[in-house]
Amino acid sequence: MEITAIYYLIPSLIMFCCGVYGFITRKNMIAMLISLELMLNAVDVNFVVFNRFLFPGQMEGMFFTLFAIAIAAAETALAIAIIINIFRSTKNVDVSGLNEMKF
Amino acid sequence: MDITIPILILAIPLFMFIFLGLLGGKMSHKLAGTLGTLGMGVTLVLAYTTAFTYFFSGSADFITAGGDRLQYLVFNQTWLAFTKSLVIKLGFLLDPISAMMLVVITTISFMVHLYSLGYMRDHHGVYERGFQRFYAFLSLFSFSMLGLVVATNIFQMYIFWELVGASSYLLIGFYYIKPSAVSASKKAFIVTRFADLGFLIGILVLSFYTGTFDFTQLTSVPVEGLNDVYRVSEGTAEGILNIFQTSAAPVFMGGSVLTWALVLIFMGGMGKSAMLPLHIWLPDAMEGPTPVSALIHAATMVVAGVYLVARLFPLYLMEETALEIITVVGALTAFYAAMVACTQVDIKRVLAFSTISQIAFMMVSLGVARPEIHEGLGYMASMFHLFTHAMFKALLFLGAGALIHAIGSNDYTAMHGLRKYMPITHWTFLIGCLAIAGIIPFSGFFSKDEILSACVGYDWVAYAWMSMVAGLTAFYMFRLYYLIFWWKEHKIPEGHHAPHDQPWTMSLPLIILAAISCVAGFIPFGKLVSWNGEPYDFMAHFDWSVAGVSLTVAVLAIALATVMYRKENNLPEKFKAAVPALWRWCYHRFYWDELYMFITHKIIFNGICRPIAWFDRHIIDGTMDSFATITNKASELIRPLQSGQIQFYVWIYLIGALLLGTITAICLI
Amino acid sequence: MESVGSIITYVIVVLAMIVFSVLAVTTRKILRAATYLLFTLFAAAAIYFMLDYEFLGAVQIAVYAGGIVVLFVFSILLTSKPGDNSEKLTSKSRVLGLIASVAMLGVAGWALISRCANFTARPQMEAPLMSDLGTALMGTGAGQYLLPFEAVSVLLLACIIGGVVIARRR
Repeated sequence: MEITAIYYLIPSLIMFCCGVYGFITRKNMIAMLISLELMLNAVDVNFVVFNRFLFPGQMEGMFFTLFAIAIAAAETALAIAIIINIFRSTKNVDVSGLNEMKF
Repeated sequence: MDITIPILILAIPLFMFIFLGLLGGKMSHKLAGTLGTLGMGVTLVLAYTTAFTYFFSGSADFITAGGDRLQYLVFNQTWLAFTKSLVIKLGFLLDPISAMMLVVITTISFMVHLYSLGYMRDHHGVYERGFQRFYAFLSLFSFSMLGLVVATNIFQMYIFWELVGASSYLLIGFYYIKPSAVSASKKAFIVTRFADLGFLIGILVLSFYTGTFDFTQLTSVPVEGLNDVYRVSEGTAEGILNIFQTSAAPVFMGGSVLTWALVLIFMGGMGKSAMLPLHIWLPDAMEGPTPVSALIHAATMVVAGVYLVARLFPLYLMEETALEIITVVGALTAFYAAMVACTQVDIKRVLAFSTISQIAFMMVSLGVARPEIHEGLGYMASMFHLFTHAMFKALLFLGAGALIHAIGSNDYTAMHGLRKYMPITHWTFLIGCLAIAGIIPFSGFFSKDEILSACVGYDWVAYAWMSMVAGLTAFYMFRLYYLIFWWKEHKIPEGHHAPHDQPWTMSLPLIILAAISCVAGFIPFGKLVSWNGEPYDFMAHFDWSVAGVSLTVAVLAIALATVMYRKENNLPEKFKAAVPALWRWCYHRFYWDELYMFITHKIIFNGICRPIAWFDRHIIDGTMDSFATITNKASELIRPLQSGQIQFYVWIYLIGALLLGTITAICLI
Repeated sequence: MESVGSIITYVIVVLAMIVFSVLAVTTRKILRAATYLLFTLFAAAAIYFMLDYEFLGAVQIAVYAGGIVVLFVFSILLTSKPGDNSEKLTSKSRVLGLIASVAMLGVAGWALISRCANFTARPQMEAPLMSDLGTALMGTGAGQYLLPFEAVSVLLLACIIGGVVIARRR
């Protein structure tokens, strides 16, 4: 059996769809963030897979993933800081309660 | 000629306006008034210098070897350049009539400034509220009027024309807490604005066909070998006439374009100079302070219409029709105003109607002026009468102001028999009355006599008509004089002290103006001012029969007034009872105001304005309002879309992405 | 033709990835979700290893598993009491979410599978050397990444400051 790119892309797609499902159904902000990380990872895997199968000698996809990881780390750290701040003021991490800044 | 003095003549009043307007409130009343008067005094000296230089220096710029007066452009600066051909300039044109007007305006304005120092305070010496504002507005008016008379082009004239209108509005409404003053100022502004609409259209039509605004191009030709020097000439006028005749100028409602342009321009003059039927604002304008009436509504601004026609006189000469219209309007107005003046009770109203009548005299004089009739005597007579009238009418108004100041009422019924109490006012007022009645040797005799001589040459009907009006003038002026100073002993109300003459600031202008009225007639006016600049010897055209007739008429009219009004008697009542209808019509000014009220309120307001207002409110505003309402409703409707719930946004995004993906996938099959 | 061993490894890794990611989004205990996420990240790292990107796999484990997941655990412990369950999902929202993700899966998966023929076997490749990686990361020429590297370092600095400012107790 030949393991072609599709054998990696389909699992990564499933992972992405799990992320989507989690993001739109969970109310807990940390759970949403976890879903977000899933989606991000799925995309990272895609980059790497395409790099490996289509342009094996080059490293663009890999570097893209590398930077994405760094940025994801930064983003997560900030997001968690915000969540903790919100929790401090509202004793709540439920996203549905956070619309007071709107109309 | 040096440019400094002409610029200063305009700049000083403008500066005083800005200075007093901005800082007047910060300084004492006395300082503000003194500064305003001093500023005007300096302007007076400069204007006199300019005028005397123009008339008597004999420079080649101003006068030819043969003694013909020339037009000299002191400066003419481009102000707005719209296109190459449409350029609006501001400048300073020195010619006989503008030099004469400089003298008239600065003299009267200075007198009024001085007089107001005394007038604008009560018997206890307390200055009136807004005293500094009053002086600022006076300066603004002086600036605008000076700018008007020295205008080098018709557009500059229009600009300053509107400025004098605005300052007149401000000064009529000076007592803005009085409702009558407010409505009078509005009335003056609206009526003159309406007339200026015609003026503006006239300017546009004229300049559209001639391609220029400049007076020097419209009425004059350049003098060979000299810069900025022009000579009034019929030749140019014929050139202009050729433009109208050769260009396919259309005919509109039976009049050629030129006729219409000139008549429309004259309409602006009718509004400013209170000619029938646009005269209704002037009597009401007497709501302003009396010095203002003397300055604006007797001596200077109201003669702007006459000045305008005189300025464009070579153009008017090409159109017999326009001149005839001017003559007829002037003659009717003169008679009408004189009739009304015979019945009014308010002394300022009498003087106002007298002003209308006298300006109409000037208009008639211009209307009958032709180069072939006594070599254009009418033009010269009109300007002469403008000059003398400014002096004696300002004198009469300032005298009336002194009386009002002393008595505290505008009605002669509260006066009577004042001659013993106010001798200075009495004698100066008498001089003014003699001058306006045309008694030799006072100034009015000479100017009015020349107007009548010009009428003789034109048409005997005009002569007879104007002589009758001159008689009426003498009658109503002496009626006023006797009713104020004679009739019966003055009754001093309980608790009041006797009326007395005014402080020197008020007396001095009266005495100066009276002196001018005594001697102004002997100024060799024809040597200085004539329609084409050629010196004019009116003694050559002096006709003793005309002079004798007018003198007789005046004396008879004065005698009649003496009989009727010198001592208290019932002759006036009998007269009133003899012609009740005539008296009633005159007393109600022939119901012109009521006619206007009827037309504006009943016909225009109900017939036109109300439907327009309805249309505006319901259709135009309604459309706009419904736009707003629909937008409002729609935004209320879609506001929940911005829920702030991030998962909702993700849903929307996801649906969009899925749709796009599906479409792409289908297309790729 | 792949070796049987690599196929078995592949199946295990992929299954782990799918199962743990599904579990991460369906469990009601938030701490467990973080743990499942950790396993999913490990699976992703394993995939990187299988594709000969050892450095990337190491970074994945170090940054994600070592850094981010630890952050998650901390924040979870700070914001929820032990034994807290997140609220039960309403069936309506669960069904809607399921439909959405399945539709997504369907559209994207169909797009992928319809292109199956284009996918070929894995070409041969030398695992990139550390020295090559270092040069690429620090060079300024074509295909080299000093600028993004610096940008990311600035971003991280900003992130540190921002995190301190936001989370600081006022």
